[in-house]
Amino acid sequence: MAVTTFRIWRGCDEQGEFRDYTTEVFPGMVVLDAVHRIQAEQANDLAVRWNCKAGKCGSCSAEINGNPRLMCMTRLNSLPLDRPVTLQPMKTFPLIKDLVTDVSWNYAVKKEIRKFEPRPPDAQDRTWRMSQGDVDRVQEFRRCIECYLCQDVCHVLREHSLHDRFIGPRFLVHTAALEMHPLDNANRTGDLKDRHGIGFCNITKCCTKVCPEAIAITDNAIIPLKERVVDEYFDPVRKLFRILRP
Amino acid sequence: MLEYQMHEYDVLVIGAGGAGLRAAIEASARGASVGVITKSLLGKAHTVMAEGGIAAALSNVDERDNWKVHFADTMRGGQYLNNWRMAELHAKEAPDRVRELEAWGALFDRTKDGRILQRNFGGHRYPRLAHVGDRTGLEMIRTLQDHGIHLGMEVHMETTALRLLKQDGVVIGAFGYDRERGRFLLFRAGAVVLATGGIGRAYKITSNSWEYTGDGHSLAYHAGASLIDMEFVQFHPTGMIWPPSVCGILVTEGVRGEGGVLKNKEGVRFMFGDIPENYRSQTADNEEEGWRYTQGDRNARRPPELLTRDHVARCIMREVREGRGSPHGGVYLDIAWIKSRIPKGAEHIKRKLPSMYHQFKQLADIDITEEPMEVGPTTHYVMGGVYVDAETQMSDVPGLFAAGECAAGLHGANRLGGNSLSDLLVFGKRAGEHAACFAKENRTPAHHGLDSDQIKAMAEHAVAPFERSGENPYRVQADLQELMQRLVGIVRRQEEMQAALEGIAELKKRANAVAVTGNREYNTGWHTALDLQQILTVSEIITRSAIARKESRGAHFREDFPSKNDGEWSCNIAVRQSASGEMTIERRPLPEMPDELKQVIEQMK
Ligand SMILES: Cc1cc2nc3c(=O)[nH]c(=O)nc-3n(C[C@H](O)[C@H](O)[C@H](O)COP(=O)(O)OP(=O)(O)OC[C@H]3O[C@@H](n4cnc5c(N)ncnc54)[C@H](O)[C@@H]3O)c2cc1C
Ligand code: SF4
Ligand code: SF4
Ligand code: FES
Repeated sequence: MAVTTFRIWRGCDEQGEFRDYTTEVFPGMVVLDAVHRIQAEQANDLAVRWNCKAGKCGSCSAEINGNPRLMCMTRLNSLPLDRPVTLQPMKTFPLIKDLVTDVSWNYAVKKEIRKFEPRPPDAQDRTWRMSQGDVDRVQEFRRCIECYLCQDVCHVLREHSLHDRFIGPRFLVHTAALEMHPLDNANRTGDLKDRHGIGFCNITKCCTKVCPEAIAITDNAIIPLKERVVDEYFDPVRKLFRILRP
Repeated sequence: MLEYQMHEYDVLVIGAGGAGLRAAIEASARGASVGVITKSLLGKAHTVMAEGGIAAALSNVDERDNWKVHFADTMRGGQYLNNWRMAELHAKEAPDRVRELEAWGALFDRTKDGRILQRNFGGHRYPRLAHVGDRTGLEMIRTLQDHGIHLGMEVHMETTALRLLKQDGVVIGAFGYDRERGRFLLFRAGAVVLATGGIGRAYKITSNSWEYTGDGHSLAYHAGASLIDMEFVQFHPTGMIWPPSVCGILVTEGVRGEGGVLKNKEGVRFMFGDIPENYRSQTADNEEEGWRYTQGDRNARRPPELLTRDHVARCIMREVREGRGSPHGGVYLDIAWIKSRIPKGAEHIKRKLPSMYHQFKQLADIDITEEPMEVGPTTHYVMGGVYVDAETQMSDVPGLFAAGECAAGLHGANRLGGNSLSDLLVFGKRAGEHAACFAKENRTPAHHGLDSDQIKAMAEHAVAPFERSGENPYRVQADLQELMQRLVGIVRRQEEMQAALEGIAELKKRANAVAVTGNREYNTGWHTALDLQQILTVSEIITRSAIARKESRGAHFREDFPSKNDGEWSCNIAVRQSASGEMTIERRPLPEMPDELKQVIEQMK
C-alpha cells in the first residue's frame, strides 16, 4: 500500500504550525478519508468539520495545496502524492482550531438580507402556478450548499477584509435567488448598492471557479444584479422617476 | 473549571434538522421564546442530505391519490405496527405542510400546468413525492432555515446536549457544552423538544454522519421516557459499496423510481422472483409493465424494484450470499439501460438525478449514464424512538416532546421512502405548537429546581476523559460499529444477539475508561468519547428489543423465527429505565383502530 504525507495546519492563529502526518492511502480515497484516518490513529483531537461525505452539506471546506475545495470530494488520485499534501483552514474567516474556522459572520450577514415576500396566491386552490422554465434559473442558485468557498476566495474579503461592507458572492447568489424568485415581491436593489456593497465586486470570477455546485455565480447572479442596480439608480430616466416618486 | 453559562427559553429545541426547525418555527410563531441547539452548523443536519422527496397526497400528478391511500400505504409499509392516529394525521396534514414550504420560498420541480411535481417511490401507490431533482432535503432545510432566522429564535450552533434536567418528574431543560470552545452550558426551558435524528453510527456501513449517535434516544431514556420499536432499523437496499472509502453512501431510491433496475451478475432482474403475497396485486409481473409504470402509465403496476426497502435489501443479501453478487459484494443497479427507451437518455438521467451522476463520477469514476452502479444495503434510518402522544408529540415524561426520526410511531416496522421528510414537517409543527402551550401553562421560576450538585457531577463526568490515561475513543467506537454490523444487522439470530449484549457490556467498560488528549477547544476526540456514551446506550436498547421480538416483520428479520406472527406480536416493544436504573422491556398493545380506518385499509388492499 502507498503511503502519503499530509501537512496539516494544527493549532490556533497565534500558536499554530504545519505538522506532517504519514498515513496509508487506498484506491478511491478522498482527502477527508485521510484526515479521518489521521484523526483516529495519530491525532485524536484534530479539528475538522464534515457531515455528508458526498458534497451535499458544505461542511468540509478547506484549502488543499492552496486551492479552496471540499475535502470529501477531492480524490487523492487527483493530487500529486510524491510530495506532502498541504491542508489548511479557509483563510478568510477567523481560525478556531486546525481546519475549523469561525464562519458565524456568514450567518449574521444572511439575517440582514430582506426575506422572501411572496405575492398573494393567485390560483383557485390558494397556491401559485409556476412553470418549470420560470423556476430553472432560481433552482440553480438554490443548489448552493453554503460551503463558503466562494467567500474564502473572493479578494474583497480575503485580501481587503471588507466583511462589514460587502456580503460576498454567496450572499449575492442568495439575493439573486430571492430577486429572481417568480413569487417574490420585495426589492433589494437599494440594499445591494448601499449596505451590501455589490460595487466592490469587480467580476474577477474567482468565486465561480471554486464553486463545487458549479453555480455560475458571476454570470448568472452577480452581473444581472449589477444591471438591476444600474437600471434603477444610474439610468437617468429612472433616477428622475425616483426623485419625483420616492 | 465547572463554570457554565445559562440560557433561558420557553421552548428549547434540541436539533436543527427538518423536525427541529419546523418545531422552532411553530413555537416562535406562537409567541414563545425559542432556543435551538445543534451539534453541527445551521443547515448541515442530516435533512440536508435527503434526496428523493417529500411524500404528500397533493394529487397533482394522479388525481386518484388522497389521504386515505397515503394512510393505507403507510400502514401496509409499516406492517400495521404503526400508531394509526399518527399515520392518519400525517396523511391528512402533509399536503398543507408542503404547500406551506412553497409559501416560504421553496421551489419544487413543476408539472406541465405549473403545480408541484410528484414522483414515484417504493411502497407509494401513486406518484406522491414532491421533489427538487435529487436534492429535496437541501431545499427543505434551506427554506426552513431562511424562514426561521427571521422569527427571533436563538440558534446555538455546534452545541451538544449531554443530559436532560428534571424536577418533580417534569423536564425543565438540558445540560450541554459548546463544541467550539468546550464550555458548559445550561438551558432552562418550559418545554424541551427532541429532534436529534437517528442512530446510524452504531453500524459500520451507514449512510449517516458522525452526528447520528442516537443522542435524543439516549437523553430521553435517561430522563425516564419510554422508547418503542427500537428493533426496527432500516437498511436501505442501495448504498455505494466501491471504492471502500465511500461504502455506505446512499444511492437514492429515485434511481429506481426513474426506471433503474436491479440485476445480479448473471444479468437477471432477480426482484421478479420474489414478490411478497401482500404486494402481489400491486406489482408488475413483467419488465414491460414495470417500465411503463416508471414512465407514468397510470394503468401499469410498479416494478418489483420499488417494493419496500426491507424486502429489497434482503433480496440483495440473498443474491450475494448465493454467489450471484457483483465483484465487490453487491448487485448492479442500472439506469443507463433507459437510453434504449428514451431519446437523449443520457441528458435525461443527468437532469433527473444530477447529484447521483456527480457522486458516482467524482467518487467512483463511474458514469451512470454508461455503466451500472454496484450497490448493497446500508444502515439508513431508525423507525423506533421516543414514544409520543400522536396529537401533541409529548413523551410519557411531562415537558419532554419529540419529533422527526428520534420519535416513533408513524412508521411501524418499516418506513416508506419520502415519509420521513413529511413526518418532520407534520410532527415538527405539532411538537412546536404543543411545547409552546405546555411552556405557557407550566411556567416555573428560573432557578427553581436546579440542583447544583447534580450539575457539577455531570460536568465532572464529562471532563473525566481528560484526567486519565487510557484507550483512544475512536477505537472503541469502531469496535462497536463492527459488533453491531456483525451481530445485530439485517439478518438476526438469538445467540448472536446475546453475544452482542455481552460485547456491549464490555465496550461500556472500555468507553468509561477512554482518554483524550489536548484541550477542550474543538476537540473531536473528546466529542467522540461523549457521543460514545449515548450510542452505547442506544445499541443496547436496539439489541434487547431485537432479542425480545421473536418473529420477523418489516425491517426486523430473524433467521430463527423467519415468519410473521400476528397472533403474538401485533404489539410494540417498549424499553424504559426503571427507578433503580435497570433497562426494562415490555410489550405494549397497539391502540385500537376505529372502524372507518379499518375499512379504508380494507378498501385499499
Ligand atoms: C442520504 C439520505 C437520504 C435521505 N433521503 C430521504 C428522502 O428522500 N425522503 C425522506 O423522507 N427521507 C429521507 N432520508 C431520511 C431523512 O433525511 C431523515 O430521517 C430526516 O432528515 C431526519 O430529520 P430530523 O429533523 O429528525 O433530524 P436531522 O435532520 O438529522 O437533524 C438532527 C439534528 O439534531 C442535532 N443533534 C443531534 N444530537 C444532538 C445533541 N446531543 N445536542 C444537540 N443537537 C443534537 C443535529 O446536530 C441536527 O441538527 C434520507 C436520509 C439520508 C441519510
Ligand atoms: S467575481 Fe466578484 S464576488 Fe466573485 S470573487 Fe471576484 S470580486 Fe469576489
Ligand atoms: S455559491 Fe457555491 S461556492 Fe459559494 S457557498 Fe454556495 S456552493 Fe459554496
Ligand atoms: S462532508 Fe458534506 S460537503 Fe463534504
